[in-house]
Amino acid sequence: MSERVLDILISSFPRILGQGLLVTIPLTVISFALALIIAVACAMVQIADIKGLRQIVRFYIWIIRGTPLLVQLYLVYFGLPDLGLVLPAFPCAVAVFALNEGAYCAETVRAAIEAVPRGQMEAGYCVGMSYIQIMRRIVLPQAFRTAFPPLSNSLISMVKDTSLAANITVTEMFMTTQRVAGRTYEHLALYAEVALIYLLFCTVITWLQRLGERKLNAMNGGNVIRA
Amino acid sequence: MLEVRGLKKSFEGHEILKGVDLSLEKGDVLAVLGPSGGGKTTLLRCLNFLERADAGTMTFLGQEMDMPSLSRKDIAAYRRHTAFVFQSFNLFANKTALQNVTEGLIVARKMAKREAEERAMAALERVGLADKRASYPNQLSGGQQQRVAIARAVAGEPDVIFFDEPTSALDPELIGGVLDVMRDLARDGMTMVVVTHEMSFARSASTHVLFMDEGVALASAPTGEFFKEQKLERIQSFLRSLDRKDE
Ligand SMILES: Nc1ncnc2c1ncn2[C@@H]1O[C@H](COP(=O)(O)OP(=O)(O)OP(=O)(O)O)[C@@H](O)[C@H]1O
Ligand SMILES: [Mg+2]
Repeated sequence: MSERVLDILISSFPRILGQGLLVTIPLTVISFALALIIAVACAMVQIADIKGLRQIVRFYIWIIRGTPLLVQLYLVYFGLPDLGLVLPAFPCAVAVFALNEGAYCAETVRAAIEAVPRGQMEAGYCVGMSYIQIMRRIVLPQAFRTAFPPLSNSLISMVKDTSLAANITVTEMFMTTQRVAGRTYEHLALYAEVALIYLLFCTVITWLQRLGERKLNAMNGGNVIRA
Repeated sequence: MLEVRGLKKSFEGHEILKGVDLSLEKGDVLAVLGPSGGGKTTLLRCLNFLERADAGTMTFLGQEMDMPSLSRKDIAAYRRHTAFVFQSFNLFANKTALQNVTEGLIVARKMAKREAEERAMAALERVGLADKRASYPNQLSGGQQQRVAIARAVAGEPDVIFFDEPTSALDPELIGGVLDVMRDLARDGMTMVVVTHEMSFARSASTHVLFMDEGVALASAPTGEFFKEQKLERIQSFLRSLDRKDE
């Protein structure tokens, strides 16, 4: 590797990583937190079979899962201004990522809730608890344990998917890299560099996932065994 | 104390309970016997509104209730006077033994945490599992889980406890411990309805027997009378078939 390439890599590293920490990570964290709220709400609407809302939720999930994320980003950022709705790039990206991931996570959460044996609900009723109380204190915590690994997976996907936000002018980590590459023509080295930083982020999440699983297991008395 | 008249329940057009009557006085231990599929579980679940009866009236502590139309609020109030022990235990998987017992007290009955824990410890002691208070259900044997479930039932100080085959899911060597706890409760005057296939328990611990077959209460009698003076051929042959199994 030439000294020039090394210099470019070293000088661009803090800039790219910094943009990762300042934009990619917040974009991911905010979007994912909102996605989880959407997911739990959608799952609950389906489980509790709330009339009317249920159809809306099914429709939303159908639309989101049936269209590409990139198209959704374009629709909202470049399309909505035609209707007079102009959003800055970052909030726009947050909205699209949250709505998109929310639809997928809704199915994960719903499946996890349905995997909690019905007897848990019945036992709750028999000690006098209400539906809401049982959901919040008994069913959802158990569902969360089940949903945790697939949700971690979704989070990891989202970290990488935020690079698509470069297409709608969010100067996150990938766009920053593109700019440096455009200026220096060191494509191979710079894209490898940013790939490594994504890898680093995802490795940290995987590590946090392990930690979280261990903690959740401890709260359920070892591995969750369900008959 | 608890009286039910004309309890009916259908599933998908099949009438599973065809107008069942039963009556309990305080301190009664009613053993519900009968062949598989006869409607015993359905009866018990209707009694605690886990299934909604299609017809029937219930009089409980002097209050008459129409079972099909009872409001959710009234059901909740009724359930604060009753408890249910399931064949499959159904302990809260994310709670320790102690928390399983306190959960209903604290959340549903709004009892102070300290008081609830004291009561729960007394209940766990009663079933011989005070030392397992910090264990999660999947760290306990089936017999221990069922005893915690009984502690959970007892802790609410119910007027009646419903048991649906509490020992059927247990290994033979664990059955005795659970039955001992139940005998203890019976001796202390707890009112109980027990669906069971344990004839020795029914004979020795129950005060009355209800025999369910094809959705009908074929017989309902004091225990001694039921076993000694049984005239119905259908019931005699059922009892003989169990005796044969025991050998
Ligand atoms: N939720 C349900 N949906 C449809 N049919 C049901 C349902 N619950 C029970 N049944 C039917 O009702 C009948 C009586 O069942 P139930 O479980 O009450 O019998 P049981 O006397 O408890 O039998 P066992 O001794 O095997 O436990 C059975 O034929 C069963 O298939
Ligand atoms: Mg049964």
